[in-house]
Amino acid sequence: MKGALELLQRVSAHPDARCWYVAWSPSGTLLASCGGDRAIRIWGKEGDSWECKCVLADGHQRTVRTVAWSPCGKYLASASFDATTCIWKKTNDDFESLTVLEGHENEVKCVTWAPSGNLLATCSRDKSVWIWEVDEEDEYECVSVVNSHTQDVKHVVWHPTQELLASASYDNKVCIYKEEDDDWECRATLEGHESTVWSLAFDPEGQRLASCSDDRTVKIWKESTLGDGSSDESWKCVCTLSGFHGRTIYDVAWCRLTGALATACGDDGVRVFKEDPTVDPEQPVFFMSAHVPKAHGQDVNCVSWNPKEAGLLATCSDNGEFAIWKYNSDS
Amino acid sequence: MEEKALEVYDVIRTIRDPEKPNTLEELDVVTEKCVEVQELGDEEYLIIIRFSPTVPHCSLATLIGLCLQVKLQRCLPFKHKLEIYITEGTHSTEEDINKQINDKERVAAAMENPSLREMVEQCVTEPDD
Repeated sequence: MKGALELLQRVSAHPDARCWYVAWSPSGTLLASCGGDRAIRIWGKEGDSWECKCVLADGHQRTVRTVAWSPCGKYLASASFDATTCIWKKTNDDFESLTVLEGHENEVKCVTWAPSGNLLATCSRDKSVWIWEVDEEDEYECVSVVNSHTQDVKHVVWHPTQELLASASYDNKVCIYKEEDDDWECRATLEGHESTVWSLAFDPEGQRLASCSDDRTVKIWKESTLGDGSSDESWKCVCTLSGFHGRTIYDVAWCRLTGALATACGDDGVRVFKEDPTVDPEQPVFFMSAHVPKAHGQDVNCVSWNPKEAGLLATCSDNGEFAIWKYNSDS
Repeated sequence: MEEKALEVYDVIRTIRDPEKPNTLEELDVVTEKCVEVQELGDEEYLIIIRFSPTVPHCSLATLIGLCLQVKLQRCLPFKHKLEIYITEGTHSTEEDINKQINDKERVAAAMENPSLREMVEQCVTEPDD
């Protein structure tokens, strides 16, 4: 049952700066990276190696923290410490800046596109989560500003099938949001982590949520259901992975194709966890299937599973590099 | 290990206090004993620094923490992980300050703020830099 992570390629993507985030395009053929050099780079495979196809250098005045592809793959959103979110439109092999979303009072930490393609969410150190609607004419409008967190909001992620949003914060909590009468509101607060929650990931079916934290644990949460199967809107922590990570866990990613869970850690390591199939799913047990202790020379900030090719994983680091790995569950 | 601790101390002792015309060493904000070094593995060390700000003012304590982060990141020649804390009992909001200082995303964003960056540069730049 032991797996392995094989390094395919290492790329020096953002010279002399941190690489904060990497995101695969929906087709799985392009990788977007962003970082402390204020640029976004788009990478594509040429033969056996990943080459830079495009550099988007003039979109932001400060660090670009997160990039996110629209579900159709035609747009890219970038969130920056300059307090703006830029929307880029893909035209042939290039990207042009379509619009800039303003409103947050300070650094935007994350941007994420809903699976429907019509909604976008952003979050910021200003403690708020903003939900934006896009119409057919590429017009963006903020439809809700939600202030449920008491501190810096680090990450936002949409549910894979329902119109439900989750956010992670420096206040050690996770919030779940739903729309009620045209307004988005916090419907549940998940408490349990002992320090900043850095990132979140839903499982492929959207039944469970994984969170990772500065407290060096990953928690798995499940929505409680009442006797008739309907939700009572509260979430319980059904599993805590502790003792595996040496330092802050900056990112967690749940593979849509295989169900494997990957983590990015401040101890420079990348780990992959698998669920024990023999155990009751109400009280899941995860075991560490693969571990590369020095995946990068510095902190690993992000981990992302390729949406089309099972086992293909991208990671990036404080040393400005990203790396592509192949994960095999039985080696 | 002691050698490594001294190497670290050498980097931080000359950092200037944001308010007073003295170094952190002169003001006893940092001392040789405030540096702890643990071996993490292959030529990599965990460095823990506990500093005592002279006044309980929150923003100055955070600023000193920021200066420590920045100078060590720039000047330490060996592979390391860093933890910086206010000495226990020296501040009423020490947990809040410690959390901020050790959040690398907050530190990075602070250094992109021109006025904060200027203040830090003034404290960490050596005269012959």
